[in-house]
Amino acid sequence: MTAIPALAVENLSVEFRTRSGVVKVLEHVGFSVAKGETVALVGESGSGKSVTAFAVMGILDAAGRVTAGQAMFGGADLLAQSERDLAELRGRELSMIFQNPRTALNPIRRVGQQIADVLTRHGGATRDTAPRLAIEMLKKVRIPDPERRALAYPFELSGGMCQRVMIAIAIACRPALLIADEPTTGLDVTTQAVIMDLIGDLAREAGMATIFITHDLALAAEHCDRIVVMHAGHIVETAPGPELFAHPRHPYSAKLLAATPGETVSLEAMASIPGGLPDLRRADLPPCRYSERCERRLDLCVQPLVSHSVGERHDVACWNPL
Amino acid sequence: MSEQLLDIAELAKRFVVGGKKTAAEKISGLFKKGPAKPPTLLYAVDDVSFAIGRGETVGLVGESGCGKSTLVRLINRLLDPTSGSIQLAGTELTHFRARAFAGNPNRARIQMVFQDAGDSLNPRFTAAQAIAEPLRRLSKLRRDQIADRVNALADMTGLPRELLTRFPHQLSGGQKARVGIARAIAVEPELLILDEPTAALDVSVQVVILQLLQQLKRELGMSYLFVSHDLNVVRLLCDRVLVMYLGKIVESGPAAEVFADPKHPYTRALISAIPQADPAERVNRLRLSGEPRSPIDPDPRVCRFYGRCPRGEISCAATMPLLRPVGPAREVACHFA
Repeated sequence: MTAIPALAVENLSVEFRTRSGVVKVLEHVGFSVAKGETVALVGESGSGKSVTAFAVMGILDAAGRVTAGQAMFGGADLLAQSERDLAELRGRELSMIFQNPRTALNPIRRVGQQIADVLTRHGGATRDTAPRLAIEMLKKVRIPDPERRALAYPFELSGGMCQRVMIAIAIACRPALLIADEPTTGLDVTTQAVIMDLIGDLAREAGMATIFITHDLALAAEHCDRIVVMHAGHIVETAPGPELFAHPRHPYSAKLLAATPGETVSLEAMASIPGGLPDLRRADLPPCRYSERCERRLDLCVQPLVSHSVGERHDVACWNPL
Repeated sequence: MSEQLLDIAELAKRFVVGGKKTAAEKISGLFKKGPAKPPTLLYAVDDVSFAIGRGETVGLVGESGCGKSTLVRLINRLLDPTSGSIQLAGTELTHFRARAFAGNPNRARIQMVFQDAGDSLNPRFTAAQAIAEPLRRLSKLRRDQIADRVNALADMTGLPRELLTRFPHQLSGGQKARVGIARAIAVEPELLILDEPTAALDVSVQVVILQLLQQLKRELGMSYLFVSHDLNVVRLLCDRVLVMYLGKIVESGPAAEVFADPKHPYTRALISAIPQADPAERVNRLRLSGEPRSPIDPDPRVCRFYGRCPRGEISCAATMPLLRPVGPAREVACHFA
C-alpha cells in the first residue's frame, strides 16, 4: 500500500478481567485503513471484531484493558489519548454506526434533534443553523420528506429509516474514520442492499476511511476493498474480497468460505468447521489459536507466528498455508 | 406432485387497529344515528392459497411486516383466521379454535421450530424436560417410555446425552437449536414449520443444523414450511418457494426456477439484494426505493407493490394483479410478467 493510512492499528492486545480469570480477547492485532478505503473485519461471534472497534474508539467496557499496541490516527495514538481529547475526536473525526439503531437512538428525542445535537456539539453549528443542517443530512441519507421525518421519534420510523438516521448522525461532521458495526443486521435483504450502497456512496464522496464489521463474507466482499478475517482474537488473513474468495490461504478462511451458503454449492458439499473457539482464559494458549481445530497442523505450529505476505495486499498468519 | 398434505384456500387475517375507544366515546356512540363507522383493518394475510405436498419443503420469503409470521401462526393454529380454510390431509383445521387447539389431537400433527432457540426454551426446564414436555402433553407414552424417547431424540438430533440435564443458559447456540428441533419432532409431526431456525447462528453452526434438518426430513418423511429471509439458505433447502409481499403471495414456483428467472419485480429485487462476492455477478441489479405501502385498509384495486415498483404503470393502480400461472408449476401476480 502506498497511500498514507488514515488509521494504522499495530500490535493491539486487549484483556478482559472477569471473575473466572483474565480473557485474552485480542492479541497482536494489526491492520490499516487508507483514506477512502473500506476494510471489512469478518469473523464468527467471539472473534474480537467489535472489541477491536471499541478499543479504537476508546469505548471498551470497564473490565477491558488495552495491554499493548497503538492505533495511529492523524499523527497521534488514539490509545494514548485522554478521555477528554477522545471525546473531542469522537463525533467529529471518528464515528460509529451501531448494530441496532432502535436501541442506539434516544427513544424520547426527535430524530432531527439528535442529528442537530451532534452538529452543535462537534460541527460548529449554532442553535439557529443546526435544525436546517439536520434536515440537510436526512436528505443526504435519502430519507423522503425530510422536513416531516425530522420531527419523528425513532419508534415512528421503520428499521431501515432508523439506520439511515444513525448514518446521518455518524457522518454529520464528515468524520475521517467511520466504523460500522454490523449496520444491517436485522434489516431485510432489500433494505440491507440499499443501506450498504448508501454507506459506500457517502464514503467515496467524502473520502472517508471505513471499517465495516460483519459476519457475512459475501456482503464484505461486495462492499469492501479488503477483508480482514479474525479468529479468536487474532487476524488470520487479510486480502481483497475476490482474491480471498478465489484463493483463501488460511485454513480457517477456507473453512469459513466452505460453510457460507452461496449460489452454486449444494448442502451436501458444504462443510462445518470442526471444534470450537479455544478458551481464551487458558494460560497455555498456542501461538496459533486455530491450530487445535486445524487439519493442516504441523509440528512447526507451536512456534511463534507472524503474518507474512503471500501476494499483492494478501497476508496470512499460518505456518502451513493452503 | 405427490399427495397433498396441507391445502390452504383463500386464507385471510385482518386485525382491527386504531385506538381503543374511551368510555365517553362508547356512550356517545350509542346515541349516534346511522350505521357505525367500520373499524380500521390491517390486512396481515390477504386471500392466500397454496398447498404443500407430503415430503415437500416449501420456502416462504418476504420482508419483515409482509405477513409471514401471521401466516405461520394461522397454519400452526395459534391464531384464528378471519376467513378461509386450512386443510391438513383432509381435516379442516379452522373448525377448531386456536384457544383450544393445544388439547386437540391434531396439535401433534403440526409442530414448530421457533426463530430464537434461546428465547423459545423455558429457562427453568432442562433440555430433557423441554423435549419431554410435548410428549407428556400429546402422547400416550408412560414415564419410562418418555425417558427412552428423549434419549432417542437426542441421538437423532446429535445432542450429546450428557447435555440433557443442562439448562438453556448452559448450552451453546447450536445445542439450543438442536433442543428446539428435538422438541418439535418429538411427537412425530407431519408438518414442521421452521421460522428462521438458523438466523441467530454463525455460518459454521448453521451448516450443521441445515444438514441435520435435511437428514431428519429424509428419515421421518415430514413436510417443511421454511420461513427465512436468507435467500441463499432457502435455495439450499427448499423444493418450492413462495414470495410474499404485504399479505399477498406475489410469486411461487420451484426454487431453482424462481431464483434463476424471477418474474415478479419484487422477487427480482429480492434476488438482486443477495450479496455477491463476484463482481461479474453484479450486473442489472434492481434496487427498491421508497417504503412499502400501508397494510391498513389497502385499496383493493391497487397492486400492493405499486409505488415501489420500478415499472408501476397506470393499470397497476387501477386493477390489482391476481396470481396467474406462467408456465408449469409457476405463478406470478404481475400484469407485466
